[in-house]
Amino acid sequence: MPATTLEKAEVLEQMAANPAVAALSSLLIDARFALNELTITVPKEQIVAAVKAVQAAGYNFMEDVTCVDWYPSEPRFHVTYHILSHSLKERVRLVAPVGSEDLSIDSITDVWPAANFYEREVFDLFGVHFGGHPNLRRIMMPDDWKGHPLRKDYPVEGYR
Amino acid sequence: MPTSVEDLINPGVDDVIADSKLHGNIDPAQDQTMVLNMGPQHPSTHGVLRVVLEVDGESVIALAPDIGYLHTGIEKTCEAKFYQQVVPLTDRIDYLCPMTNNLTYCLAVEKLLQLEIPERAQYLRVLLNELTRLNSHLVWLGTHAMDIGALTVFLYCFREREEILRIFEMVAGQRMMTSYFRIGGLSMEPPIDFYDRVRNFLKIMPEKIAEYENLLTGNPIWMGRLKNVGHLSAADAIALGVTGPPLRASGVDWDLRRDMPYSGYEKFKFDVPVSQVGDVWARYEVRMKEMYESVKIAIQALEGLPEGRITAVAPKIILPDREQMKTQMESLIHHFKIVTEGFAVPAGQVYQGVESPRGEMGYYVVSDGTAKPFRVHMRNPSFATLQALETMCKGRLLADVVAVIGSIDIVLGEIDR
Repeated sequence: MPATTLEKAEVLEQMAANPAVAALSSLLIDARFALNELTITVPKEQIVAAVKAVQAAGYNFMEDVTCVDWYPSEPRFHVTYHILSHSLKERVRLVAPVGSEDLSIDSITDVWPAANFYEREVFDLFGVHFGGHPNLRRIMMPDDWKGHPLRKDYPVEGYR
Repeated sequence: MPTSVEDLINPGVDDVIADSKLHGNIDPAQDQTMVLNMGPQHPSTHGVLRVVLEVDGESVIALAPDIGYLHTGIEKTCEAKFYQQVVPLTDRIDYLCPMTNNLTYCLAVEKLLQLEIPERAQYLRVLLNELTRLNSHLVWLGTHAMDIGALTVFLYCFREREEILRIFEMVAGQRMMTSYFRIGGLSMEPPIDFYDRVRNFLKIMPEKIAEYENLLTGNPIWMGRLKNVGHLSAADAIALGVTGPPLRASGVDWDLRRDMPYSGYEKFKFDVPVSQVGDVWARYEVRMKEMYESVKIAIQALEGLPEGRITAVAPKIILPDREQMKTQMESLIHHFKIVTEGFAVPAGQVYQGVESPRGEMGYYVVSDGTAKPFRVHMRNPSFATLQALETMCKGRLLADVVAVIGSIDIVLGEIDR
């Protein structure tokens, strides 16, 4: 397993031919290639443009939307998208940082309807709001639940 | 006196069907449709799935799955455990394919640790994963046939499944929640009579699959209930995130075992069954053919099983065996350290996708450099496939909903996690 890790400048230089890097070169704020996986960070305002760009570049299958809470550092939430290409047989991970002063990001359900349940899950468990989502309600927890359980400041045993 | 439809139904139902008539005030005299609750306790929903249906007579106008009844917060629990303590949690996500869950999680963490897994362990993992696939498909076939009304097949399937569970019990000491895989390899060598037992099982299995097909394939009721029901086009399947047999039944030739191999799958020869039709029947056909392929892979893994270690050489990550631990000071220290403090995993993030019996199972593991995972997220196939339910059932008869739910083979444990 190659242990090469490429940081932003190296990714832009050495992986310029990669379809995802080429498609996002004007949008990305950070890029990293580690453990054979490409991670591209884009600003949250540009997320819909970014997924449209990778879709046009041949990444046809939206696998997963999730979130990582980096509490207490800011921007706190990293909304993470895993997108697969059936023809290229490779994945790209898009990360959109969402700061706690404005917990909202645009929904990508117009590009991939598959994101519907995933965004609801992130909304339910992290409290990130997806603008333009057709049916943004809790999906795992009961409708009247208080709090968002997967946040780092939410105790594992729950509030008592 | 109630003035609108909303007053007559349970609270919450109006939320479940977005965009349906329930959001407007409808004159009851004009009201021709009915809202039906199917589940959460319904025999054909395979667990606790609640489907809210709007029906006009027998035909389905709108449909919305309501999930979360089995939510146990496994992802949250993972963050409070050491890396090795997460393995038993993964079994409980999808209780029909525990080994696949174990494998996906272990592969993800091994990627973070950059561990080299010995070939023998890889082969045994493949063998057990294919047995798991057979196990899961047998439960699918039995319950699917039972939903349609063919009760006999269920008993036949569970006869063979029992043998698989006994094999699992031999290697892991457990029938269902096996937890047999470890980060870095396997927990122990399988017992000596394991190999003969698996060999005998794989010898009889193709005949048994033919027997199930004999019971079902030519059966006019089975054909009538399955053919031309629940169509899903390839474009819809991709847009809705459908993976695994339902995706291949819609004509997309994609299998992670072949296209993005893991755990040594590139060394095995097998076909990927694909159908262009995209209905319930096509999913049935694809899964039946997949069972023959699983037997083929399992035989190759068993016959080509190399000698060697079953764990990687990493004393600070893998528990030493009992004898070493009792005789060597260093092993004792390692044992004590692993059990009490766990092992630190280098900071980073990985996503590992595996072809589970239901489709693409992916584990996204984020490490911050400590002994506990910072975040574990499971991408489960059933969760995405369930979104396609409305596309497949809309405009069809109510009875077809049962056939479609059977054909997408969902496990609520992995949907709700």
